[in-house]
Amino acid sequence: MPLVLVLPALLGLAFLLVPLIGLLAEAPWSTLPSRLFSAEVGQALRLSLLCASAATVICLFLGIPLAWLLARADLPGRGLLRALVTVPLVLPPVVGGVALLLVLGRRGLIGERLDLWFGFSLPFTTAGVIVAEAFVAMPFLVISVEGALRAADPRYEEAAATLGAGRWLTFRRVTLPSIAPGIVAGAVLCWARALGEFGATITFAGNFPGRTTTMPLAVYLALETDPDVAVVLSIVLLIVSVVVLASLRERWISGLR
Amino acid sequence: MFRRTSFTRRALAVSLSAGVALGLAACGDDTPAGSSPSASSPSAGASSSAAISGTVNVFAAASLTGTFTQLGKDFEAAHPGVKVVFNFAGSSALATQINQGAPADVFASAAPKNMDQVTDKGTATTFVKNVLEIAVPKGNPGKITGLKDFTDKNRKIALCAEQVPCGAAAQKVFAAAKLTPQPDSLEQDVKAALTKVSLGEVDAALVYKTDVLAAKDKVEGIEFPESAQAVNEYPIATLTKAPNAGGAKAFVDFVLSADGTKVLTAAGFDAP
Repeated sequence: MPLVLVLPALLGLAFLLVPLIGLLAEAPWSTLPSRLFSAEVGQALRLSLLCASAATVICLFLGIPLAWLLARADLPGRGLLRALVTVPLVLPPVVGGVALLLVLGRRGLIGERLDLWFGFSLPFTTAGVIVAEAFVAMPFLVISVEGALRAADPRYEEAAATLGAGRWLTFRRVTLPSIAPGIVAGAVLCWARALGEFGATITFAGNFPGRTTTMPLAVYLALETDPDVAVVLSIVLLIVSVVVLASLRERWISGLR
Repeated sequence: MFRRTSFTRRALAVSLSAGVALGLAACGDDTPAGSSPSASSPSAGASSSAAISGTVNVFAAASLTGTFTQLGKDFEAAHPGVKVVFNFAGSSALATQINQGAPADVFASAAPKNMDQVTDKGTATTFVKNVLEIAVPKGNPGKITGLKDFTDKNRKIALCAEQVPCGAAAQKVFAAAKLTPQPDSLEQDVKAALTKVSLGEVDAALVYKTDVLAAKDKVEGIEFPESAQAVNEYPIATLTKAPNAGGAKAFVDFVLSADGTKVLTAAGFDAP
């Protein structure tokens, strides 16, 4: 192994890990349990888990068909479409939040109709949090599933078709099972991204305890008054993320390739 | 063989220096001050009022963004060769950064509490005051008339979170008026609350008078009598660990001068 690679690699590793270690070193371990089980933390964590899961379900329902479209359908300008789909990946989340407000807000393109016809508006609601998280997280699912679809062998689908299976049946019984690992990997990534989502959430859904205050928002506001609480909340998020990503790597990535 | 290694070495050197340059650029606002050798002596105060130089790093509350940017330009015009670099953020975030060793010369806080976290009491000077005002979207679609409308559950209301100064001030005002507000969102800073108003997402928010004035083409302001209960004082101070003590003192003097006060009051701040 060439030394010129090892040294920067180790530096890179330290660069990524030291902040996380710092978080653990700064933790107020003695008072951690009491802070952890305080009402606000529980409320924020529950809301975070609920919203991230709901956002993942939405992404599964919309993202798998979208990935299929990108991978299989013969579309003109597919490259551009794929680029557009992945824009939320690189878009600053706050910008995403503003865009959502301009479309789904009370004065927004669609939001105004919703408010007028149904008296319903998304901002400042838990549903708004879920929408913001789904917007930011969906590309992770689409990319994973699309990659799996491209890697899957189309001959099984062709075989199913020659045996008389309709397209929908083929998709359900042949395509979906063959890309299951990709779907699971995408869903887990999507869930983890939704869990950590901050910018779009606070911009679009606002911040109200029990309704829209998710863990990342709670961390941000806790920093203003009680940095210890912020550290505790951060550690909880860190542990959840590591557990999710570690299990993902062991169980499913290997199944992909 | 030789060529190859030297190429790798050179590539490594280039990428390393690029990395360093990036790193420097990323924290651009806190490196140049220390690099001007004449400015780094902490006891420069005696002789420096005439000959200040280098960069002055000013950490200022987000609500001062407009006015201090202007003051910085005026100050640079008055002192050729001197550069003023700003770091605008929430006062508590700035106080944390300063306590963590960020090389700040001047701190202008939106609340005395945050100033006390970084300086000894009494070293700061109050330079302006700010009061709250009700901000409503143009045309006042929610028909807001006063503070009591904030208790209406059917109206969309944004307040600042109580952790940030504008939220603490709002709490004081509501306590004085003996009202219990029904907010839909507790925003992380005053600008976020104002944004929700200017986009028409809420019917009203409590923000500073200066913020209403700064966004006057998008929002309308409604004054209310209880605002006198929560006058917000802005302290400014040179920091003891200032890398450019002379420049820091000159900048603070400039903010406190008649010219500085004029810029600030034009933006809606009250003189102390």
